[in-house]
Amino acid sequence: MCTTCGCGQGETRLDGHTMNDPHPADTRAEESHQVRYRGHAQPGSLLQSRFTPAHAHAPSLSAARMVQIEQDILGLNNVYANANRRRFAAHGILSLNLVSSPGSGKTTLLTRTIESLRDRLAVSVIEGDQQTSNDAERIRATGARAVQINTGKGCHLDAHMVAHALERLAPADGSVVMIENVGNLVCPAAFDLGEAHKVVVLSVTEGEDKPLKYPDMFHAASVMLLNKVDLLPYLQFDVARCIEYAHRVNPGIGVMQISASRGDGMEEWLAWIEDGARAARQSPGNAAEVGRRPGQLKEPPGAVPANAGTRPGRPSLDPCLRGDDS
Amino acid sequence: MHEMSLAESVLEIAEQAAREQGFRRVKAIWLEIGALSAVDPDAMRFCFSAVARNSLAEAARLEVVAVPGSAQCLECAKQVEVQTLGDLCPECGSHRLEITGGMEMRVKEMEVE
Repeated sequence: MCTTCGCGQGETRLDGHTMNDPHPADTRAEESHQVRYRGHAQPGSLLQSRFTPAHAHAPSLSAARMVQIEQDILGLNNVYANANRRRFAAHGILSLNLVSSPGSGKTTLLTRTIESLRDRLAVSVIEGDQQTSNDAERIRATGARAVQINTGKGCHLDAHMVAHALERLAPADGSVVMIENVGNLVCPAAFDLGEAHKVVVLSVTEGEDKPLKYPDMFHAASVMLLNKVDLLPYLQFDVARCIEYAHRVNPGIGVMQISASRGDGMEEWLAWIEDGARAARQSPGNAAEVGRRPGQLKEPPGAVPANAGTRPGRPSLDPCLRGDDS
Repeated sequence: MHEMSLAESVLEIAEQAAREQGFRRVKAIWLEIGALSAVDPDAMRFCFSAVARNSLAEAARLEVVAVPGSAQCLECAKQVEVQTLGDLCPECGSHRLEITGGMEMRVKEMEVE
């Protein structure tokens, strides 16, 4: 349990320790923390609720009354996500949230990526797993810094866990933070961590219809990495059909075909990261440039050109993402 | 089973509102859940009944107001209704749909005393 405010995060652990201190330094995260966790609420700071007399669907004229809430269920997660996003933007950091089923090859992809970028770009990693620090140790073996979040029974990372992990990780200005989410093609889709992009990794051993079976994740992602393409000669996996399915769920999704172990396609992936890192460094503080809300059409580098020029320009809907006050 | 986290968030929202507005018990909660959101209403009810135990919302009724999925077709420019992500445009068959509604996950109101 958190010693600052008593926030309970169940069985969540950071590098084996409870998630107690330090707290996110961002002042707004601090405010949101006070809002979120019982005991030091600030009335009116986040909830815009007001009460009205019981109306049509109130069953009787007892003491019961209706209270209007009108609040996103994920509103508190999103306050944290926006604080994380501002923090990344203020420090010119590119952050990527890697999501996939277990066993798609995310950790191998990460170690290869870190090794390949070693002389050009600093990469640090937040690892999410239910149990063990095996993945963080694999990352540290490359020389990169890593913080392991163990979610216990939890099936996804949330923005509050990442805020704590960032305090511990203290990533360098102008660097890249990779967040390896819990292996799960369902739950992490709903949780914005403040990342610039979700990157979904799908390995060709999993079946080409995954984008249709698990559309939430492919809809939320900016990029699909089709991994383990070196195994294609041994499998019946229709690459074109898989990409078509991904575009059906998300017309703006960028696709790269890679083999993290053999090296196919890695140049394109590394170039995309370097482009993103350069953009993040060049516009520090401009969170709207670096991050986008899930659910919008996105055109990251590598997106299908079929979409170019026809997408209606839509600014970010969230005022927090437009702020220049980081 | 991320509905468990979502159910906990709903309970936190109810507790915060109770502190601000001085009510002691929540009898019913109306949620607005989009057809394209990542929420299964039955799983949500199940999880909420678990997390609400021994709270101010114990035995509260969870009413789910379904919001249909809608999209703008980038091919034929029509506003159309969609059932799931990945549907094709019912007007022209294109897959190039920009979702405009149905992603909602909101607490709308509560009956309290």
